[in-house]
Amino acid sequence: MLTILFDGIAYGMLLFVLACGLSITLGLMNFINLAHGAFAMAGGYVTVLLMNRYGISFYWCLPGAFIVTALLGAVLERLLYRRLYAASHLDQVLFSIGLVFMAISAVDYFMGGQQQMINLPPSLQGRFDFLGVGIGRYRLFIIVICAVLAVGLQLALTKTRFGSQLRAAVDDGRVARGLGINVSLIFALTFALGSGLAGLGGALGTELLGLDPNFPLEFLIYFMIVVTVGGTSSITGPFIAALLLGIADVAGKYYLPQFGAFIIYAVMILVLIVRPHGLFSREGGR
Amino acid sequence: MTFALETRNLIKRFGGFIATNDVSLKIAQGARHALIGPNGAGKTTIINLLTGVLTADSGQVLLSSDDITTLPAHKRVGRGLTRTFQINQLFGDFTPLESVMLAISEREGRGRLGWRALTSERLIIDEAAAILERFRLADVMGSPTTLLPYGKQRLLEIALAIAAKPRVLLLDEPAAGVPEEERHEVLALVRELPADVTVVLIEHDMDLVFSFADRISVLAAGALFAEGTVAEISRDPQVKAVYLGEDA
Amino acid sequence: MKDDMTNTAHQALSQLRSASRWRIWEIAIWIVAIAAIFVLPSKALILTEIAILALFAISLDLILGYAGIVSLGHTAFFGLGAYAAGLFSMHVATEPITGLIAAGLISGAFGFVTSFLVLRGSDLTRLMTTFGVAMLLAELANQAAWLTGGADGLNGITITPILGLFEFDLWGRTGYIYALLVLMLLTFMARRIVNSPFGLSLKAIKRNSRRAEMLGISPTRRIVAIYTISAIYAGVAGALLAQINSFVSPDVLAFHRSADVLLVLVIGGAGYLYGGLIGAVIFSILRDWLSVITPQYWMFWIGLILIVIVLVGRERFTRWQNFLPGSESRRLAKAKAAAAEQSP
Repeated sequence: MLTILFDGIAYGMLLFVLACGLSITLGLMNFINLAHGAFAMAGGYVTVLLMNRYGISFYWCLPGAFIVTALLGAVLERLLYRRLYAASHLDQVLFSIGLVFMAISAVDYFMGGQQQMINLPPSLQGRFDFLGVGIGRYRLFIIVICAVLAVGLQLALTKTRFGSQLRAAVDDGRVARGLGINVSLIFALTFALGSGLAGLGGALGTELLGLDPNFPLEFLIYFMIVVTVGGTSSITGPFIAALLLGIADVAGKYYLPQFGAFIIYAVMILVLIVRPHGLFSREGGR
Repeated sequence: MTFALETRNLIKRFGGFIATNDVSLKIAQGARHALIGPNGAGKTTIINLLTGVLTADSGQVLLSSDDITTLPAHKRVGRGLTRTFQINQLFGDFTPLESVMLAISEREGRGRLGWRALTSERLIIDEAAAILERFRLADVMGSPTTLLPYGKQRLLEIALAIAAKPRVLLLDEPAAGVPEEERHEVLALVRELPADVTVVLIEHDMDLVFSFADRISVLAAGALFAEGTVAEISRDPQVKAVYLGEDA
Repeated sequence: MKDDMTNTAHQALSQLRSASRWRIWEIAIWIVAIAAIFVLPSKALILTEIAILALFAISLDLILGYAGIVSLGHTAFFGLGAYAAGLFSMHVATEPITGLIAAGLISGAFGFVTSFLVLRGSDLTRLMTTFGVAMLLAELANQAAWLTGGADGLNGITITPILGLFEFDLWGRTGYIYALLVLMLLTFMARRIVNSPFGLSLKAIKRNSRRAEMLGISPTRRIVAIYTISAIYAGVAGALLAQINSFVSPDVLAFHRSADVLLVLVIGGAGYLYGGLIGAVIFSILRDWLSVITPQYWMFWIGLILIVIVLVGRERFTRWQNFLPGSESRRLAKAKAAAAEQSP
């Protein structure tokens, strides 16, 4: 059972890294970006290409995936997203659905519709025993990387100048601009960061979650649950939400396999009934 | 004596900040009662508490002796309490005709009817026409609200509140934002309000207050600072001090 | 009677009348739709598809265009109606009209029960809960294979002649007439609803919910009512699909259907009831054409169209509506032009 817990934590941490970019951009730009999963997918496919076609080591693919998707995010933000910051939520939803559709089709066209496989380096394969608990090496690796990222993000947000500017811009963009904070630069950098993290998560998740063109839609619900339940006003909110979700999903699939993903949706709806603004957001949050 | 509108020890906090501090207002039937105070004194908070937009932390709100403290906002309208907003709260591209028809049909409880055509509601149409005429909106009754001059929009704002046939009407700065050349229309209308409607007026414009109100309550820092007739308040040196530079 | 009214009242009445009058193009659309029975008999299948999609889109228009609720899971009611109708014909009665009513009521009940989910929270919450409910139903249908046929779909539906008189023929003609009649009936009913005091209150809630409250409207009750009606309509659309095809594919609960119907409404325009119809026609033609050109990747082009529409601006896209005599957008456009002329 502890193995289940461990696996759930690994899954949850991965979900956190995947979804935290969405949480930040939603909180910052009030933009509902349903295409977030496409960036994760991009990171996964970059990894697959680099590894399978160019023989690059897995460890190098991770920063590679991050950089490529961050750049992609920055470009798309400049060209497309920023025109819709003031648009209605319906417009944003329509736009991001359109983007996802295009991304899915494009990937299907260039890479085919099959599941993508990668070979993990031997040092990450297999499992070992620790105090009677089965620990998968790769899952441990994920936990470590994601924990470092989470801590790093929290520190960056609270201790650095960029972080405080970001928080100011989230709280009140108009006032932040009045203080001389370059809000549009912050938007661009944040969006790039969020997309990059998603790409990194996608790269990490190739082995754990699978990778095919339908990834963005398949996992959209998970990202949205993390963001809706965890709220958008902190890092810790989505972090805890992602962990809970990861553990619940893994445990649910193990103990009650016939219910499948049913549990996740039911739990989410229940949470939203009780706390329509998410478990962690401040009152009246967006 | 039954007051048309009354609050008893009304308190509202936002976190550590006390917006409404133990306010007890008594407003007589048919009165023209003004609520004044410097910016940030909490006038709009009190209006929101009276209308049910906000819930009080403690204290009571009474409408003709009925305790409405916990009554939801839309039900208070049914009991005869309506308000206007300081910044126009109208219905986008609705025409004045549609807006007034809506107000009347809701008052008559016909807003739930999904099967009747609006065009067959003759009584409502007649009344709407009368109100539009009275509020000098008849000539623009078919224009989308957003295209009307601000003064006309303000008239519509008041028309909607009156269309609900209230017993108590809360006017939140009726002339606010109205350009000079349109002000007199709005002010004339405020003065022509029926005598059986109790009017509570929130205002900064002292000319309007002195010419319109018979009693004044002064609010400062969320608490009731002074209360009395127009004559008493206008002579009170402490009130002038509280306003500090506001024209009195 | 008219002499009793003042001039102003008279003016008011004629304004209201002109806003809700039957337009030429409305009547034309229905005439064309009816004529198609005789003029385009070979196209009966795709026409039926369009009619069902139109009804589905109109159901979404009721909550999106009139009450302002953005739903990403509206296909939940469509799919529920389809399965309900299918199962009804298999286990209760095979007469289609009774099945239609039953399916509509079941969907409506489900809509009523889930309506409170869209009452609270932000736009995002609403999106998530509607999405979640649809996904939940899809999972349920997938898992409960003993009932729904799971991934294979619901087979073995038999439909007896409508009212015992009209049999479904192989060319789909009866099916189209059936679907068209249902569409017409429900659209006329919806038309009546939106032109009523209730419809007016919905439009008010969409524009300014707080002010509507201050007029004594309980937004909650009204939204629950229209959400339920919308669910009934969507359920009937799904039931039509099940009955006419004698088959329910698990696809009826797939996410892309919710996205498709949203796109249909965006193309046709929300808030004047006919957007669903016009959008359904355009979307179906487009999809048919695209799947001939790029059978596998039509999703790409749909996505591109969505993005273009949003970036260009939905209002600019639906500007053609300004040419529809008597439509609301034409009235608004005229008023704007008049106001621009007056002010220097």
